[in-house]
Amino acid sequence: MSAFKAIRLGLRRRRWYYRAIRKRRDLTRVKQRTRKIRPGDTLVMSTLRNERIRLPFFLAYYRGIGVDHFLFVDNGSTDGSAEYLAGQPDCSVWRTEASYRRSRFGVDWLNWLGRRYCCGHWVLCVDVDEFFVYPFCDTRPLRALTDWLDATEIRSFGAMLLDMYPKGDLAQAAYSEGQNPIEIASWFDAGNYTISRNWDYSSLWIQGGPRARVFFADRPKLAPALNKVPLVKWRRGVVFASSTHMLLPRGLNLVFDDQGGEKACGVLLHAKFLDVFAGRADEEAARAEHYGEGREYKAYADRMAERPQFWCKWSERYINWRQLEILGLMSKGNWA
Amino acid sequence: MRVGFLMLCHDGLDRAAQVAGYWADRGCPVVIHVDRRVSREAYDTLVAALEGRHNIRFSERFRCEWGRWSLVAATLAAARVMIDEFPTASHVFLASGSCLPLRHISQLRAYLAERPGVNFIESVTTEDVPWTKGGLDHERFALRFPFSWKRQRKLFDLSVRLQRRLGYRRRIPKGLVPHMGSQWWCLTRGTLQAILDHPRRAEFDRFFKGVWIPDESYFQSLVRLCTDRVESRSLTLAKFDYQGKPHIFYDDHLQLLRRSDCFVARKIWPRADRLYATFLSDRTATESRAEPNPGKIDRIFSKAIERRTRGRAGLYMTGRFPRVQTDAGRTCARYVVFEGFGDLFEDFPAWAARTTGLRAHGHLFGPERAEFADGQSVFSGALSDSATLRDYNAVAFLTNLIWNTRGERQSFLYGPRDTVAAGDFFPYDLNADVFAITGAWAIPLYLSGRPVIEIRKQAAELQRIEGKHLDHLRSRWAKARVHVWTLADFIESPVEPLQTMIDEIGNKAGLRLTEAPRMRDLTGFGQFLQDLRNEGMQPWLVGDLRTGDSAPDRPARPKPYAVR
Repeated sequence: MSAFKAIRLGLRRRRWYYRAIRKRRDLTRVKQRTRKIRPGDTLVMSTLRNERIRLPFFLAYYRGIGVDHFLFVDNGSTDGSAEYLAGQPDCSVWRTEASYRRSRFGVDWLNWLGRRYCCGHWVLCVDVDEFFVYPFCDTRPLRALTDWLDATEIRSFGAMLLDMYPKGDLAQAAYSEGQNPIEIASWFDAGNYTISRNWDYSSLWIQGGPRARVFFADRPKLAPALNKVPLVKWRRGVVFASSTHMLLPRGLNLVFDDQGGEKACGVLLHAKFLDVFAGRADEEAARAEHYGEGREYKAYADRMAERPQFWCKWSERYINWRQLEILGLMSKGNWA
Repeated sequence: MRVGFLMLCHDGLDRAAQVAGYWADRGCPVVIHVDRRVSREAYDTLVAALEGRHNIRFSERFRCEWGRWSLVAATLAAARVMIDEFPTASHVFLASGSCLPLRHISQLRAYLAERPGVNFIESVTTEDVPWTKGGLDHERFALRFPFSWKRQRKLFDLSVRLQRRLGYRRRIPKGLVPHMGSQWWCLTRGTLQAILDHPRRAEFDRFFKGVWIPDESYFQSLVRLCTDRVESRSLTLAKFDYQGKPHIFYDDHLQLLRRSDCFVARKIWPRADRLYATFLSDRTATESRAEPNPGKIDRIFSKAIERRTRGRAGLYMTGRFPRVQTDAGRTCARYVVFEGFGDLFEDFPAWAARTTGLRAHGHLFGPERAEFADGQSVFSGALSDSATLRDYNAVAFLTNLIWNTRGERQSFLYGPRDTVAAGDFFPYDLNADVFAITGAWAIPLYLSGRPVIEIRKQAAELQRIEGKHLDHLRSRWAKARVHVWTLADFIESPVEPLQTMIDEIGNKAGLRLTEAPRMRDLTGFGQFLQDLRNEGMQPWLVGDLRTGDSAPDRPARPKPYAVR
């Protein structure tokens, strides 16, 4: 990387940093319990819109692995999501009616909350349909992982977004509140991911999976990115660059080894494809607030009428993290 | 027989208190050193928690820094307290605040009683240790280290380089042979006292104050001067990763630790409640006299190190994306590429599957779609047969396929009509066996029955592509096992090359060629080639094919360049 590029990247980071501070005006406090955050607590940050039905299980899952506090930005929900979250003892909720797109898809808000409340903490940035799976997550709490990362002086932890889907028609995959969505959307593509390197941001660009296979087979370049760095030790000056795929300073994106070794990494189970989704695609395509004018949702909405099937005979059924490790979707690295 | 414990603590003091209390309650004197950097309140809490136990002492507090003399100074101070205040302690065991006893104290006593006068301390000369960090072994003693490795890494490295360049060497005290080993030891009272009261100790201390990581060499070197009864191993189970950081034990290691029969383990995650609850309870003290046997734990941790440094070959994922394409790294298992066979033979994949037992695909990189075996439209790992998706990253397609089907050998057809990127990749892959018939692309052109004048341009293009591909196959950097025949040579005697192929693939041992694949009908092919030449296109990759077979009235061998 040339000095010129490095300087430009540094400027970009500062611009986003100050932009996040400016965008704090978008947020209105609904319920703030950030005083409850103790040193060493692990936090979850999330932006959401009309996800009320998913919330009980989301909270239960992350409380189960030992998350201490949740910070939510509610982007104009009309289904009572904010009120529900405000009633939870470990949640702080902000509300905004501002444009999702113009907050760089919620990233500005998260960057502000991170700067204001999360410095010195390990923060997990996930959507409410993403479930973080890390090595030994069945026997060790998240705190074991973050303590180990601290001990080995690692500041961020990578995870690939793994799209989960049900067998059969999406509209038939009825989700009820409080249910584990992975019980319904329990299938995934095990080995059709393509990786290339993004040298500017020192990160990997991962694409593929069922969305590329079914929706983007004719224009694979537009298929959504699946690389994420969801878990990061926040300190002042850290910003998410584009969604939670990339961070700045870019050293935080070096969650992979390029000399042949494996670094420890996890998986985000993405339980997006349920019956709730089928209804959302049209709406989001019309709203065009998502990445690339909601291109992704348009593709879905167009194809939804044909009742596309994600499932194929080579789909794998999710069992546990060890299965994902054997399949090579995640790694224990040198954590044993 | 009484074992005294020295404990060096810097965090997780509540756990340290628990362990110290455990030892003290079972009649073992304990001397605790708490790092100066620990806050006053935390220290007071610890003292209060252990109040009322007559056999616990606190030694003078030092500000400890990793790799520095302060750690030895703290140990020496604690040892002095132990020797002075507990005259009954016959052995002294150095432990840390994150250590956990795995076996009952009576077993340790019995073990030591059976080996009277033996000092358990890992002590190896610098020539013999493979594990030193940062490439410094003897230089730990010979150079000076004015900078902190943790906080001033650049200056540290600079000063080391400078001293090497200048050839600077410190003088090692006469008679002292530098030894190194694990920081955690168990010495007899006599030995420890001899070290503490050594007549030249002031000189040694002065020397070791300048040594890097003296906690791994001070006692390890001095013990050699004070006793000859050294058992060079540590009773503490402590494992280090490739960066020299200690591995941490969690609740799910419980069974492993139990079966290891080690006396003390380090380091335990402070929140591993189950480990602490289990090992600090008074289980029925079995009369186990087993030798410590950390073999299984060793294997798990050395595997972890290997995974972190070498990884799984041929895997590309979130945590592994090799930059340097190393010998073993490109794909994860062997596979076979057949070039030209699909053009020459009818239904070649089916024959290959029958005779060699390979999973034989068609043209995986064909222009229309990926022709998976058995005509499947999706294959292992949910790989799609879409040509656009595949060509978006053809190399990843191939590495994915090989990874997804590990355990079953794959083969596929390849030719100049197929995605070029794949052909630039596998010649450099150690796992590829490539069998190529050059010029076979002419056969489908011939069979298409289209007039030569139309085909000519296409033939030239295919020949150009195949020529370039052959350059890759014949490159001196190529790592694949490559066999190339011209079409003419192959047709002349097909059985011999086929047998070579089967032997080389070697999927099933001792296979004889019983059934040859069926060659396409090539009557008139020679004339076709001649027509191509007549149009000004020289199919040189086909080789010297006699053209007389279909046109006996023509001269047997026209001069190839005479046409123009």
